[in-house]
Amino acid sequence: MKKDILICGVGGQGTVLASKIIAASASEAGDPVHSAETIGMAQRGGPVTSHVRIGEGAYSPLIPFGSADMILAFEPAEAVRNLRYLKKDGIVIVNSVPVKPVTESLLPTGYDGTEMTEYLKKKCTCIVIDGEELCRPFGSSRYFNIAILGVAAASGRLGIAKEIVLKEIERRVPEKYIEANKAAFQAGAEIGAQYAVN
Amino acid sequence: MKEYVMGNGAIGLAALAAGVNLVSGYPGTPSSEIVETIAKYPHNDVHVEWSVNEKAAMEVAAAASYSGARTLVTMKQVGLNVASDPLMSLAYVGVKGGMVVVSADDPGPISSQTEQDTRRFAEFARIPVFDPASPEEAYEMIKDAYECSERYKTPVLFRPTTRVDHAYAAIEHPEHTVPKKYPGFIKDSSKWVIFPRLSFANHAMIEKRNVEIGEEFSSYRFNTVEGGNSEKAVVASGISYSYAKEFLKDYPEVKLIRVATPYPFPESFMKKALEGVSEVLCLEELSPYNEEQIAKLCGRNGILLTIRGKLTGNVPASGELSTNMIAGILQEYLGLPKDSVEIDVSDAPKLPVRPPVLCAGCPHRASFYAVKKAMKGRKCYFCGDIGCYTLGNAQPLDMADTCLCMGAGITMAQGFSWVDKEGIAFAFVGDSTFFASGMTGVVNAVYNNANMILCVLDNSTTAMTGHQPHPGTGRNMMGDIVEKVDIASVLTGIGLTKVITVNPLNLNEAMGAVRQCADLPGVKAIIFKSPCVAITKPSGKCRVNESCINCGKCIKEIGCPALIRVDGQTTIDPNLCTGCGLCTQICPVNAIEEVAR
Repeated sequence: MKKDILICGVGGQGTVLASKIIAASASEAGDPVHSAETIGMAQRGGPVTSHVRIGEGAYSPLIPFGSADMILAFEPAEAVRNLRYLKKDGIVIVNSVPVKPVTESLLPTGYDGTEMTEYLKKKCTCIVIDGEELCRPFGSSRYFNIAILGVAAASGRLGIAKEIVLKEIERRVPEKYIEANKAAFQAGAEIGAQYAVN
Repeated sequence: MKEYVMGNGAIGLAALAAGVNLVSGYPGTPSSEIVETIAKYPHNDVHVEWSVNEKAAMEVAAAASYSGARTLVTMKQVGLNVASDPLMSLAYVGVKGGMVVVSADDPGPISSQTEQDTRRFAEFARIPVFDPASPEEAYEMIKDAYECSERYKTPVLFRPTTRVDHAYAAIEHPEHTVPKKYPGFIKDSSKWVIFPRLSFANHAMIEKRNVEIGEEFSSYRFNTVEGGNSEKAVVASGISYSYAKEFLKDYPEVKLIRVATPYPFPESFMKKALEGVSEVLCLEELSPYNEEQIAKLCGRNGILLTIRGKLTGNVPASGELSTNMIAGILQEYLGLPKDSVEIDVSDAPKLPVRPPVLCAGCPHRASFYAVKKAMKGRKCYFCGDIGCYTLGNAQPLDMADTCLCMGAGITMAQGFSWVDKEGIAFAFVGDSTFFASGMTGVVNAVYNNANMILCVLDNSTTAMTGHQPHPGTGRNMMGDIVEKVDIASVLTGIGLTKVITVNPLNLNEAMGAVRQCADLPGVKAIIFKSPCVAITKPSGKCRVNESCINCGKCIKEIGCPALIRVDGQTTIDPNLCTGCGLCTQICPVNAIEEVAR
C-alpha cells in the first residue's frame, strides 16, 4: 500500500497521538512508514502538522504538495492552510469547530470557521464533522483525535483495518481512558461508514 | 529490536550500540531528544549529563576521550559557537576514544537565531563531518563516525538538520548494549598539553591527514551516484538529497550525485562523478558549501563546468528547501514542463494568523507585567534573552527591546547603562540560561560598577526546549537527586547586596520589588520565582462574575490566551485558565474571582 496522510490542527489538540497511532497501525499491517512532526515554538498555540507516509518510495519525510491521499484536519482553517498537500482526488476529514487564534480577543478578526468549511466543500471531497457534538457523550473534546481516526478507518480511505487501529489505540492510551476512547472511535466509525468506499 | 523512533532517537540509540561511554550536551531545538533518548533506554555504566552549557559538555567529553572512552556531545548549531573554543583546540590536540559532536542545524530557521552551517565549522576546524539524509542513515552513520574518529584520532562532527532530527522511522537496534572498554588516561604532556610548538606540528599533520580522509571518503558508501549519465547533473546533500530523490524518481535518466561527507571533501569521488557532465545544480540548505567546493575542485583541476546553485540564484539564499521547491528548481534546470498536481488555493479565504504566545498562566507574563507597571513613565531598557520569555516581546506586553544570544541580555544591559546614564537597564534571563551563560556577565557588572537590574525568571525548568532539568532543579540526567544550586546564593556570593526573591503572581509584591531596586545604584537582582505551568498542576481557575463592566482592561493589559470574548462578553476559558490570578489583580471592579478547580 502507498498512502500519504497529513494530520493538521493547533498545538494541544492531540494531533501527534493520532499520527503515532496511524504510523504504528500501518507498520503493524506490514507497511514501511515514515513520519514527521512539528516540534518547538510552533507548538504553543501555533499551527501543527504531522506527515505520515506509508509505503515504499517515500524519500522526503514531508509529503509533497498534491500528494496527500487524506488530510485529517482538527480545525477548519488548518485544513485550508494545508490543502495544497492534497491530491486532486484526495479527501479531507475536517472538524468544523474553529479554534480562534489566541490573539483573537486582543486583535479581533471575526474568524469563526464557517467560511473555511464552505471553501473546502467547494474545492475537494470532504467529510465535515462537528467535533463538539461528536465528543459530547464523552465529556471532552479531547477525544476528537481518536474519534477522527474512527471516521478515517471506517471510510475505507485509510487503507488500514479498523481492528488494527483499535488495537493500537488500546496500546497507547492510559488504561482508565481506554473504554471512552474506544467509544469515541466507534462514534467516529459510524460517521465514516456513511461515506465508505470499497 | 525494531522500533519506530525519531531521528534524534536513532542517533542516541546508535551511540549506545556503538558502545558510547559518556554522553553530554546542552538542550536546544532540534537536538534535545538525543540525550533524552539515551537517558530513557538502559545505559548501565554510561555517564549521561545535561551540562551547564555546550562548552562544558565538550570539555567533559574531551577528558573522557583522552582516556580512550567513546563520547557523544550534542547541541544545536548555535551551541557549537559556545563550544567552539574547546573544539578548535581539540581539533589540534586530537582524541583517543572516539568523539562524535552532534551539531543540529536548523534551516528556516524554525527555532534558532541563525541559519549557520555546521559544514563550514567542520572546514574551519579542519575536522570531518557527516551529513545524514534520514533517521535510518543517521543510525548507520554514527558507527562510521566513531570509527573515523578513532582511526584518525580526531573529534568528528555530525550534522543532522531539523527534518532529519524530527522525522520518524523504524530502526532496528540491539536491545542490550555494552559500553566500550577503555584503557584510561595515559599521561603524556607532549601530547595532551596544547603549546604553540605542538599546534604548529599538528597543523601540518592535520592538513596532510585531511587529504587522506578525503580519499577514504571518496569510497564511502553514502557518497553515491545514481540515475543515468546525463550531461546536466544534480549534486545534493542531507535532507535536500532526500527531496531531490523524491522528485527524480520519475526522471531516472538524471544523474544525482550525493555528498554525505562534506569535509574533507571527497575530491576523487566528485571528479569521477563529474565525468561527462557539463553542468551541475547544487541543492543544499543554509550555505553554498558543495557549490564552492566543486568550484575550487574544478579550478584546481582545469575542469570546465557550469556550476549552478545559491551563488547563481537558482536556489534561494536563505530558508529551508522542500520537495516542492526542489521540484520547481529542477523543472526549470532540466527544462521540464511545470504541470501542477496541486489544488489551486489562490482563492482561499484569509487564514487566521497564529503567532506563538506565552501560555495561559505563564509566570513570565506576570514578571514582565510587574516591571512594566512599576516602571511606567520612566525611561528603561529591557534586554531579553533566549527562552520562552523571548515571547515577552509580543503585544500587549512589549517587554523585550533586544535579544541577541544566550546570556547577552545581562551584559547588554550594562552597555546601555554606560551610554545612557539616565535610563534604567533591565536584563531578563531564565534560570537555565542564567546557569548556561549568565553568571559571568553578573561578575562583569559587579567588577565594572555597572548600574542594572537583573530579573531572573526562575520557573524551575528549561521550558522552551522541552523541560530539561538544570543545576537549579535538584535533578540530573543520571536520575540523581542533587543539591540545588541556589541562584540567590550565587548572586550574593558574586557580591550583589540587593537580591530580592518574589512570587511574580503577587503583583503588588513584585511591583514593590522593582520599585525598590529602580533607584538604587549598582547591580540589583530580582528573582521572580514561580514554576512553569506546563509541569505543575493548576491551582484553581478564575471566573468572570456579574459585576464585569466589560471594559476589556484584563485582555488589553496582559494578553492571556485564557481571557476571551464570547458574544462580546469578556470571559475566561476554563480549559486554559490555570488560576494564576494575575487578571484578578488587574480588574478595576474586582469582577474576576478564583474558584476551586
